Amino acid sequence: MKGKTAILEGSRAVAEAVRACRPDVISVYPITPQTHILEDLARFVSSGQLKSQFVRADSEFSAASIVYGASAAGARAYTASASQGLLLMNEVIYAMASTRLPVVLTAVNRAISAPITIQPDHQDTMSLRDTGALQIHVESLQEAYDAHVQSFRIAEDPEVLLPIFICMDGWVLSHSYEPVTVFPDEAISEFAGTFQPVQKLDPAKPLTYGSYADQDVLMEYRYALMLAQEKAREKIRSVTKEYKEVFGHFDGDLIDTHRTEDAEIILVAMGSMVSTIRAAVDELRAEGRKVGLVKVRTFRPFPEEEIIKACGKAPLIAVLDKSLSVNTGGILATEIKAAFYGNPVQPVIVPFMAGLGGKEVNRRVIKEIVDIACRAGDKQGPRGDTIWMGLDHGFFS
Amino acid sequence: MEVKELHAPGHRACPGCGCAIAVKIILRETGPNTIIVSPTGCLETFTSPIRSSSWEVPWIHSLFENAPAIATGVLAGLNSQGNPNGTKVVAIGGDGGTYDIGMGSLSGMFERKDDILYICYDNEAYMNTGIQGSSATPLGAGTTTTPVTGDSFGKMVEKKDMVAIALAHGVPYVATASIANLADLKKKVRKGMDNPGPAFILMLTPCNVGWGYEPEETVELARKAVETGLFPIVEFENGNMVSALKIRPVPVEEYLKPQKRYQHLFKNDKFEDVLKAIRKKAEDNIKKFGLA
Amino acid sequence: MMDLLLGGVCKAGESKKLETGKWRSFRPVVDRNKCIKCGKCADYCPDSCMEIKEDGAEVNLYYCKGCLICIRECPVKAITKEVEEK
Ligand SMILES: Cc1ncc(C[n+]2csc(CCOP(=O)(O)OP(=O)(O)O)c2C)c(N)n1
Ligand code: SF4
Ligand code: SF4
Ligand SMILES: [Mg+2]
Repeated sequence: MKGKTAILEGSRAVAEAVRACRPDVISVYPITPQTHILEDLARFVSSGQLKSQFVRADSEFSAASIVYGASAAGARAYTASASQGLLLMNEVIYAMASTRLPVVLTAVNRAISAPITIQPDHQDTMSLRDTGALQIHVESLQEAYDAHVQSFRIAEDPEVLLPIFICMDGWVLSHSYEPVTVFPDEAISEFAGTFQPVQKLDPAKPLTYGSYADQDVLMEYRYALMLAQEKAREKIRSVTKEYKEVFGHFDGDLIDTHRTEDAEIILVAMGSMVSTIRAAVDELRAEGRKVGLVKVRTFRPFPEEEIIKACGKAPLIAVLDKSLSVNTGGILATEIKAAFYGNPVQPVIVPFMAGLGGKEVNRRVIKEIVDIACRAGDKQGPRGDTIWMGLDHGFFS
Repeated sequence: MEVKELHAPGHRACPGCGCAIAVKIILRETGPNTIIVSPTGCLETFTSPIRSSSWEVPWIHSLFENAPAIATGVLAGLNSQGNPNGTKVVAIGGDGGTYDIGMGSLSGMFERKDDILYICYDNEAYMNTGIQGSSATPLGAGTTTTPVTGDSFGKMVEKKDMVAIALAHGVPYVATASIANLADLKKKVRKGMDNPGPAFILMLTPCNVGWGYEPEETVELARKAVETGLFPIVEFENGNMVSALKIRPVPVEEYLKPQKRYQHLFKNDKFEDVLKAIRKKAEDNIKKFGLA
Repeated sequence: MMDLLLGGVCKAGESKKLETGKWRSFRPVVDRNKCIKCGKCADYCPDSCMEIKEDGAEVNLYYCKGCLICIRECPVKAITKEVEEK
């Protein structure tokens, strides 16, 4: 299908996609850099372009709770947040996932206080990684648009029924302008379908939601989330494939790869950094260096098999993290290392902390990372500890 | 014997639970076309154990601090689908979930003028976690976190005035009700449901475990709370008081003495000032609302 | 998990299978000759286990927890307590 290409702000691209998916209920609470999305949606609703119940919330805790209640009542529900707001939602998201409520949430990634900041990194969504919610990290504005269109169907699939986060880096994606191809609302609505809940709050068939449970079933309900995320894998593959067939765009399913075939070093990353890496990889390839890229698109479900397959026989992997588990290092790197455990091919995995708290990661930094990683085989080279790019050591003396 | 109540028996409330009486009566009035929302607390725990729910109407609990927001969401969800049967949303929460941890969310619900009836069953402490003091615990009442030792006489400050807080939000229907006057409770539930916009009903629901009295005295104590003037039965529409239950005031001691949580006030005259303050509270209420 | 629904959701009114009558140490006994069928005991019973029949109030001992509120609230003292022998 042919769409219309225009220069759009990232937040606007998201709002366009959300509008076309026609959520029944939207509830949001403002936090930088998510505000433009909710302002756009508020305008769409008040001008009649979108027939949703738009509920101003008194906090992110309430916003998440409002979409929770709406979803339990059988409505398609949407919210968006960032940083402190996501952390405030944490308790609600756990319950939402376990109660199997397929809310779509735009997570505009931003670092966590203190010091308070509005700089982007992935610490916020990583803090919610164990909730059971699905997480898709996008690299471009087009992908932000595409992923939102795909998200409702993935989350609301009767075999999945989980909240889904579409994660996009604050500012770099939310506030930048790029050409984005937008498709007619009718076509998008048709693709997104409508929410057909398997159960809901309904006087015609009264059900009890949020019951009290003991050890006989608690582990079982956590395991059910494992199974649902497995189902989500298949669903993400099929929905992204169908999206490609209908709209001609493909941004990857669980992962995406770039020039990995004969690569001797592969960079693994998520989010907007990926597009910087793409450009750096092309430049390095032009210099004759065998560098490739694996984009982790879905952090949950975690694509271990896809990553291993994409890395093939590459002897060296550099993982670029924008989030930290204090004392153990980059969170993506830790999961990648775990994925390779027991694998016949055992590449050297070098973890990098790059872009934490908005620290600049440009092509020069990426090339530096490649150079450092390539020394991993040397005696003086890195030995598994996280390498902090751009860290001001003077700060500590 | 077939039981037709919408709040089924077999629930796990302590024998003589005041909240259980209230819920049964509330559901008689709401009827089946209602979705009930509750925060965490005794009510949630004793009604919802998995595989043995006592709710015959759709019911949802999510967390301790978000019942009003869940209620708003459920209503928005219904409205987004046209709500063809005019299903109502009613929240029933404890004092902890209302006066304390759910206050922000409740304030938001009030301010947005969401068409929800919120009923607080006030047992004046965090009972479900073992009788800790809440901001609804009254002056002089002993709880595990407002202990009675040395010079400490239980709760050292007055309870929060939830009615005033609801009124300050411009909530169009605000009332108090008692489980000792069920016809009045039902009438108020009906009014709260029919009123467009938010409604708030505060009920005092004695808890024999937390207050320390015999289970059979639950209704009698609820009655005494009213008759002393300590729990005035009042009703406001659009900010104006439209009714106040007249009483022939009885001494506050009749209400306080049967309860262990107030026993220290009667051991010696060390806490005479506290008793005086409680008496004054009753008198002030009687004057303020013209109860006598 | 066959009897459970997705996401910890469960069916309505399943508490009715729980025999809370086992908790009781005293049982209320209604004197039908005195009962005026006013329904106060049924209204105040926290456990929905008093029912007003043709010839007076009847306790559902399967659920009655023996709180004795019904005795206290009966206006004509038609209900008395008996020790529950186990
Ligand atoms: C966020 C959070 N904090 C604390 C608790 C523990 N908690 C559960 S119920 C409860 C007390 C509830 O008190 P109230 O609302 O007065 O209801 P009651 O049990 O007295 O009926 C507490 C403190 C919790 N579940 N969640
Ligand atoms: S502790 Fe009190 S409020 Fe809780 S169930 Fe028992 S009697 Fe009811
Ligand atoms: S003793 Fe209590 S539970 Fe039993 S019938 Fe009387 S009021 Fe109901
Ligand atoms: Mg309480």
